[in-house]
Amino acid sequence: MSQSHEAVAGHGSVKSYLTGFLLSVFLTIIPFWMVMKGGYTRQVTTLDIFAFAVVQIVIHLKYFLHLDFTKNGRLNSFSFLFTAMVIVMLVGLSVWIITAADTLMMR
Amino acid sequence: MLLLGKLTLDAIPYKEPIIMGALSGAGLMGLAVMALITKFGKWGYLWNEWLTSVDHKKIGVMYIVVALIMLLRGFADALMMRTQLAMATNGHMGIFPPEHYDQIFTAHGVIMIIFMAMPFMTGLMNIVVPLQIGARDVAFPFLNSLSFWLLVSAVVLVNLSLGVGNFARTGWVAYPPLSELGFSPDVGVDYYTWALQISGIGTTLTAINFLVTVIKMRAPGMKLMEMPIFTWTCTWANVLIAASFPILTGTLAMLSLDRYLGFHFFTSEAGGNAMMYLNLFWAWGHPEVYILVLPAFGVFSEVISTFTGKRLFGHKSMIIASGVISILGFVVWLHHFFTMGSGADVNAFFGIATMVISVPTGVKLFNWLFTMYRGRLRFTSPVLWTLGFMVTFSIGGMTGVLMAVPGADFVLHNSLFLIAHFHNTIIGGAVFGYLAGFTFWFPKAFGFKLNEKLGKAAFWFWQSGFYFAFMPLYVLGFMGMTRRLNHTNNPAWDPWLYLACFGALLVACGIGCQLLQIAVSIRDRKQNLDLSGDPWDGHTLEWSTSSPPPVYNFATLPQVQDIDAFTDMKEKGVAYQVPEVYAPIHMPRNTAAGLVIGGFATALGFALIWHIWWLAIVGLVGIIGTMLVRAYDSDRDYYIQPDEIEQIERLRFERMGIDVDDYSEPETTPSKPGQRPVTTA
Amino acid sequence: MTSTVSHAIGHEHHDSGSQTVLGFWFYLMTDCILFATAFATYAVLYRNTAGGVSGKDIFDLQYVAVETAALLLSSITYGFAMISGQKGLRSGVMTWLAVTFLFGAVFIGMELNEFHHLISEGNGPGTSAFLSAFFGLVGLHGLHVTAGLFWMAVLMFEAARTGLTGRLMTRLNCLSLFWHFLDVVWICVFTVVYLKGAM
Repeated sequence: MSQSHEAVAGHGSVKSYLTGFLLSVFLTIIPFWMVMKGGYTRQVTTLDIFAFAVVQIVIHLKYFLHLDFTKNGRLNSFSFLFTAMVIVMLVGLSVWIITAADTLMMR
Repeated sequence: MLLLGKLTLDAIPYKEPIIMGALSGAGLMGLAVMALITKFGKWGYLWNEWLTSVDHKKIGVMYIVVALIMLLRGFADALMMRTQLAMATNGHMGIFPPEHYDQIFTAHGVIMIIFMAMPFMTGLMNIVVPLQIGARDVAFPFLNSLSFWLLVSAVVLVNLSLGVGNFARTGWVAYPPLSELGFSPDVGVDYYTWALQISGIGTTLTAINFLVTVIKMRAPGMKLMEMPIFTWTCTWANVLIAASFPILTGTLAMLSLDRYLGFHFFTSEAGGNAMMYLNLFWAWGHPEVYILVLPAFGVFSEVISTFTGKRLFGHKSMIIASGVISILGFVVWLHHFFTMGSGADVNAFFGIATMVISVPTGVKLFNWLFTMYRGRLRFTSPVLWTLGFMVTFSIGGMTGVLMAVPGADFVLHNSLFLIAHFHNTIIGGAVFGYLAGFTFWFPKAFGFKLNEKLGKAAFWFWQSGFYFAFMPLYVLGFMGMTRRLNHTNNPAWDPWLYLACFGALLVACGIGCQLLQIAVSIRDRKQNLDLSGDPWDGHTLEWSTSSPPPVYNFATLPQVQDIDAFTDMKEKGVAYQVPEVYAPIHMPRNTAAGLVIGGFATALGFALIWHIWWLAIVGLVGIIGTMLVRAYDSDRDYYIQPDEIEQIERLRFERMGIDVDDYSEPETTPSKPGQRPVTTA
Repeated sequence: MTSTVSHAIGHEHHDSGSQTVLGFWFYLMTDCILFATAFATYAVLYRNTAGGVSGKDIFDLQYVAVETAALLLSSITYGFAMISGQKGLRSGVMTWLAVTFLFGAVFIGMELNEFHHLISEGNGPGTSAFLSAFFGLVGLHGLHVTAGLFWMAVLMFEAARTGLTGRLMTRLNCLSLFWHFLDVVWICVFTVVYLKGAM
């Protein structure tokens, strides 16, 4: 049977994979360098590595997972956003709940 | 004895007469059933038509059969608990010592929630949803079968725990440190974790299956917002399952890592944090109760609109309200452990969020009331269940809002007030809903109606039984009685405990009526045939098929133009068209792969529980191997040819009184309740 | 009267591939939540070192950088495999899948080495809640990668035997989503666990 053109996740091109790759390398090297070199305050470093992580995740979603908001891609993207919302609530509220309890227990 | 891990003959509780009695009874019943099947030569039929089926209608029926059997087991636990508490007062110790009683209340919770309510809901969803959206099956029929057999695997494990070893004694929530190895060194908690893990995978697969089905397989013309309300509530429930069950999977896995490999997630030593278990468990547990109740809400919507003959009031707002309930259900879970000690700020946030959830629920209730307003309500048994729900669930909801106030909850947490509240909502909401749905869709699944008198009797026993059993528990909660007590010593509590026991007996009568109802209905089926496929003058597409529907559901896919698609078709006179030509229909083949994987999963679970490592490997390899065999099986579908379809459809039209050969474009008058449309030639 | 002849048979076949991929995407969403559970647990337990080692003591960022490079490279080589597949070039698919497999195996090998090292030094998962959470989270990711490698091998075998069928392309599509998603999770792991831990 001839191959079918699975249009769900969209197609990548060599160019888009390489773009995503180079951006990811860049977005990985910087946080690693920041931590390994040291010299920044704890807060700044933490904020930065998290920010770079978020950006790199978006790069991955766009260039490797081909998420978009076209008619075909909308469903995948929205279900991912819904999942992300649940994750933020789960992790965020869990950390709040437990650290609050730990503080009151003077752990 | 490496060959059998921790398993020895001592695992069988031959010194406990009650358990041995129960085992013998169950064993005899099992043997009787097998003997009957052999006598009537039905093993082949059972295998080919049911056990290897990938047909959503058959799988749905099997789910409900499992649910009803487990209802009996879970209710037996309830009767034992009520009896114990009625007897064990003022110095008397009752008949169940704590080591046994603790297993009873643990099993009662696990069985009723996971092995009665969830399968009941899944069963109704399976039978109804594909039909309601005008589809021929679900998106992944094999996965559907697999999900069912994973459930059966878990059911086998839970029931095995009665005779081989013991079940958990921790309560259905299994909090550490009690559930850790130090305080629960035996196999009970392991039975619990593996049964829940295995069935949890099946449930998650079902959710994925139905989400894809609803998105991709709706009949042409049916927009997403136009799907029937039962389908919508099931869809929200499936979203909740997909989002919450992985939390349970992870949490139980971590508990298992603690127990098997000495990890310290939730232990009391080495920095473990038992509170994190509670937090994660309820992050799953709260969505779980909405998973249970939302489809029931959907049933009530269908029942009310059908039996008042009116369109559901506020279809769109019902969908949105259900969605709001689902999303809010993810920010309230701490109300299950206000007393754990996260402090006032945290408690306030979750308390307020919990109270906010009552708003969309109220929206739904008012929509039902507005649907009934100016309608002509037919008081059938599904309607009785619905009216009973409206009153009963409302009370339960109100006591819930009361406990959402953290200050009040500090007094009431884990008292019988709490027990009364959640039974109020689960029984009044979920169970009443499923029982209504059972009666409502029974004719569609089997082709004949249930005996209505016994159905009504069952309702009245259940309803009165519920109030006698649980209203006293509210009183006892205020009087200071906590949950999970083995015996009591307060004479002031006794009269209420006796009332509660009486209530349980009333419910038992209700269940008895239902069992009798099934037997009598089967006996009288020829007098109660549903020939038209539309016994209630229904609104949605499932009623446009024959009862039971053919294996392919729809010979020609319906063209949908409105909400309440079937009513629309009846009004336009296009409900029962005889096509000139049929096209071949693509169908999935039956397969034993689901059953086989389920069997290996049972072996894997049992082996992990008893530390029989070689058997665990066999189970795991068996599962993966069977999956590979299935993946490379090329003979997995076939086509039903037009001539066979024509024969089936001809028979169906004849039963409705439509002459296929003498057919012309009908001038149909809209049908009356229970009647087929009248055609003028 | 126009009879509504059921939709063309080809329509169903064409759709079933996209249905499968959609279903697999939803499964991946559930997997995200499973990882979120592990991350949440790590977030609340990472300070509970029970007097033993903390992240600073045991994390070797250069080592992790190499692991990260291996996984990231495997992501684009998988992408190249998919491009070959869409062009119908079986040899290209096989080659790039093999390279991807190699990079993935390097990642797993390095991770197993790291775990072995920790355990033999007395810093196994049973030592403290921090280590339990570490091994749990990183181990969960490693298990997924291993499963992916196994799946990859099976698909390479299928490609060799029956060529680039529609069924194989659907399966490669699903594995592609899985494989890239594991790299996304790894971004979170190296950030939250290793970088934050080494600070």
